[in-house]
Amino acid sequence: MIFTNARYASSLVSTIVLSLSVTVAAVSLSTIAGFFLARSSFPGRAFLVSMLTLPLAFPGVVVGFLVIMLGGRLGIVGDITQFLFGQRVVFAYSITGLFVGYLYFSIPRAILTIMAAVETLDRSREEAARSLGAGHIAVARDVILPGLAPALVATSAICFATAMGAFGTAFTLATDLNVLPMTIYTEFTLYADVAVSAALSVVLGAVTWVALALARTVAGSTVAAAG
Amino acid sequence: MRALGFAFSFTLTLGLCAFMIVPIGMSILAGITANYFVGPSGGLTLSWVQQVLSLYLPSIVLSLMVAFTTLGIDLAAGVPFAYVLARNTGTLSRLAEELLSLPIAIPGLAIALGLIITYGTFREFRASWLFIVVGHVLFTMPFLVRSVVAVMRSIDLPVLEESAASLGASFLQRFLGVIVPNSLGGIVAGALMVFTLSIGEFNITWMLHTPLTKTLPVGLADSYASMRLEVASAYTLVFFVVITPVLVALQRFGAVRVRGT
Repeated sequence: MIFTNARYASSLVSTIVLSLSVTVAAVSLSTIAGFFLARSSFPGRAFLVSMLTLPLAFPGVVVGFLVIMLGGRLGIVGDITQFLFGQRVVFAYSITGLFVGYLYFSIPRAILTIMAAVETLDRSREEAARSLGAGHIAVARDVILPGLAPALVATSAICFATAMGAFGTAFTLATDLNVLPMTIYTEFTLYADVAVSAALSVVLGAVTWVALALARTVAGSTVAAAG
Repeated sequence: MRALGFAFSFTLTLGLCAFMIVPIGMSILAGITANYFVGPSGGLTLSWVQQVLSLYLPSIVLSLMVAFTTLGIDLAAGVPFAYVLARNTGTLSRLAEELLSLPIAIPGLAIALGLIITYGTFREFRASWLFIVVGHVLFTMPFLVRSVVAVMRSIDLPVLEESAASLGASFLQRFLGVIVPNSLGGIVAGALMVFTLSIGEFNITWMLHTPLTKTLPVGLADSYASMRLEVASAYTLVFFVVITPVLVALQRFGAVRVRGT
């Protein structure tokens, strides 16, 4: 019934698509920043690291409010676009706002995991590849990324799982967003349909559990360390 | 090429940093601005913060109570459990570890639903703040146990224990005098994580709370929905004041641990 009802199915699909896109965006951005921060030294580096990782474990409601600060009706993005183009861009109360919120939520943890993984990389391999004539892109593609693969898989799984289950951000932004946690919530509180909300919870739990379990088999014990 | 790569990465990192920090700064500013429409030039004030404290102080106190109680239960049960997991590598302990990690995969909403369906009929318990503590313990326990197990596995526990035992130490003496001090790094890091998660927990708490058991994040959601922007921001500011020392301590310990292992 969960899969045949159009509303539940569409909510499941849109949650998975949203979580996947957040994961791809958060992990690719964090890989570049994490690698950069772990490898280079410049004044203010420690400060940048602490600023980027401070929002770790901010609750979803607060993240939602911060997204409103960015892209809400009085948000700074609106101010800037008003100034530049004469038109306010407001994105907070939609699926875009949710995307931005989950991105905000995922980046600190992803950067921490990736920085830790970069520190364990064996630099002599990169030097060997370079001495054999490999360019920067070839080194990144054939040496660094495979070395980081377990950490990347682990981070992706965690990002995906948190984005699937996150409720607070959606709750703050707009209650009519079509994502699974929101559907579960409305089924339970509005329609008092315990059976449907429990069934939806099982589906949601199963999807995230499979994602985490897959990551663990691919990446080994690193997932445990990341959690 | 190299300089170009540096410039690109540096700009991207700075951009991310701005993305993380600018909204926090704006929210803090809004919390102490007399009128957000006018902007900071219209004057700064602490009256919003005062209003928040007079409205929501019970929520803040309750959240601290819940967080400390959760932490106490987690430590009392989680550290011995982590020890059992670290010492045994059999199928049963693997299974226990897998079961323990389930609450990480299961969304908070589902945990809360399960608790309500199972224990919701015990009226007194359902209405008390301890019901929320149970939810928080379920949610935070895996984080503590994992942090402690990781450290316990990295030290040579059997050798330490055997040498203590050969000197005549009883199990309790060994546990408190040898095992706990040696895994203190993991315990402290895990405890800070538990505290942070419990203070900020919303997904479970929103479903479990009653009008008399509102925690800090529940109050936050309430103020976001029904108060003017300045009050909501001031409340967020109060939350930052509570959480930032813990997060900074967590960063210190996390950094030490990453470098140490």
